[in-house]
Amino acid sequence: MKLPSSSVIASEAKQSFKDLIRSSFEQTRFQRALWDHAMVYVLTLCAVFMLFILFTILIHLFIQGFTSLNLDFFTQLPKPVGEKGGGMANAIAGTFTLLGLAVCVGVPIGLGAGVYLSEYANQNFAQVVRFMADVMNGIPSIVYGIFAYIVCVLPLKSFSALSGGFALGIMMIPMITRTSEQFVRMVPSQLREAGLALGVPKWRVTVDIVIPSALAGITTGIMVALARVAGETAPLLFTAFGNHYWQRSLTEPIAALPLQVFTYAIAPFDDWHRQAWAGAIVLILMVLLINGWAQFYVMRRNRWSSGK
Amino acid sequence: MIRRDTSDIVFRRVLAVFPISILMLVAGIFFQLVSASHLTLNKFGFGFLFHSTWDPVAENFGALPFIFGTCVTSFVALLLAVPVGVGAAVYLAEYAPPKVSKTISILVDLLAAIPSVIYGLWGIFVLVPFMRNTVQPFLGKYLGFLPFFQGPNYGVSFLSASVILAIIIVPFIISVSREVIMAVPSVYKESAYALGTTRWEAISDIVLSYGKVGILGAVILALGRAIGETMAVTMIIGNNPVITASLFSPGYTLASVLANEFAEATTNMYLSSLIEIGLVLFLVSIVVNILARILIWSVTKGPGQEIK
Repeated sequence: MKLPSSSVIASEAKQSFKDLIRSSFEQTRFQRALWDHAMVYVLTLCAVFMLFILFTILIHLFIQGFTSLNLDFFTQLPKPVGEKGGGMANAIAGTFTLLGLAVCVGVPIGLGAGVYLSEYANQNFAQVVRFMADVMNGIPSIVYGIFAYIVCVLPLKSFSALSGGFALGIMMIPMITRTSEQFVRMVPSQLREAGLALGVPKWRVTVDIVIPSALAGITTGIMVALARVAGETAPLLFTAFGNHYWQRSLTEPIAALPLQVFTYAIAPFDDWHRQAWAGAIVLILMVLLINGWAQFYVMRRNRWSSGK
Repeated sequence: MIRRDTSDIVFRRVLAVFPISILMLVAGIFFQLVSASHLTLNKFGFGFLFHSTWDPVAENFGALPFIFGTCVTSFVALLLAVPVGVGAAVYLAEYAPPKVSKTISILVDLLAAIPSVIYGLWGIFVLVPFMRNTVQPFLGKYLGFLPFFQGPNYGVSFLSASVILAIIIVPFIISVSREVIMAVPSVYKESAYALGTTRWEAISDIVLSYGKVGILGAVILALGRAIGETMAVTMIIGNNPVITASLFSPGYTLASVLANEFAEATTNMYLSSLIEIGLVLFLVSIVVNILARILIWSVTKGPGQEIK
């Protein structure tokens, strides 16, 4: 009988050792399939769980909101503490006033920056500005409130609509910059070249051809930014401050819908709670309608560009 | 050759004011916050951050309880939101049929647009009672041996604030990580399939490990939101400056102390200390956002699109 040589034994041992390691560390095919199936359910569950919670909130809001809403809410001033009824007419008007002021601050700077980034800037500078705009988007809104307090409320020595609008306006700048740059960039370059070929200076091409072509998109971006700041409360707490009456001038404190919802929600009166729900539903409908409309617009535009 | 006349140069220069003003604005906010909080910066120095007394009457200010509150609520919120959020994002990007994925993504974006004051309203009237009557007694009964789940049960607590924060940041985590996962080139996944992996193995070992930096970025971005979130937290955290291990205890955060006390700050010292808290918030959010953007951009190759 011939014994196997030592080298063969060694190599065989090595092989079996390798197999041992592999079998102890690797999963069987069944286990792998099991994991694969299990993860489908786990991940689906994550999505369903998330949707369930968010829908619970939405449904609750809608039921509470719509049962609390009445005509007085839109036409009446707030009643003094203890009296039932009244509405938030001044707060609704105040929110629109503030948004109007915010547009005056946010749109020129945001749009100007967006157009510059798309049409003129060199890439490094553009990247820096985009980066800062994104970072600005992440600064807590209450910090903008403090900034507006320092530069507007302190010099004017009074809480005012102006300072509230200013706070909301600077919050809109980064959002409008990013969206308007995207939409301006999407204007086909043939349009620009056609203009330039006619001997029109570049700035006339930008103003008369590029911006009008992108106008619908730019407007959408502005509306989305408006929807976002419309619900902001924190920057208004110590700039707009709130007001129980109609404000007579822009240098007076002014009521705003989200502010009023906050004040009423933390007050200990049932009727005020009801009105807070009503305010919430008006606010949420405003925000969702604008956003929904923007989504619809963007989808339609995407279909056009992919259809070509 | 594009015709260059003076009007072009003037237009370009004028337009360049806008992007530069964005950069100036960020610098301006920083400068204003520093100069408006110089009283406390001089008096307390860095001790402000590590000092736990908050006594407006004696003008002795330390921000430690608020920093503690912000850290605890943000951390617990991330703990709750990240698994569900990333799981849902993986489901949307990899498993869901395109139509379902698109619909849910639009819904998620709409939910991200709901103002935080409305989440706060829901928190006061639905979440807090639910936490007080169901969740906290349950946790106290079964996990009461842990220091986190001991102490009196008011409903308004670190835990309630963390839950509302988690609900608010989940949509952000989902939409950014979904974008990151979609940006992973499909070639890698296909190569993994070619080697005989299951779907889950391809996702966990290839897609997620390729995208993990970007997902980390999404998580940090969500952290930034959680740190700066003001209204919802203010409404349900209980406003009590303490440092305790118990999550059932009412607490306070950086943002919520600003929301509650800023408009009532009577002395210069008091105002200055509140503005310094704003400065802390500003700096933290800048650092967090810069980090997050760098991580996300490294995967999506440059600035992602705000609107798709």
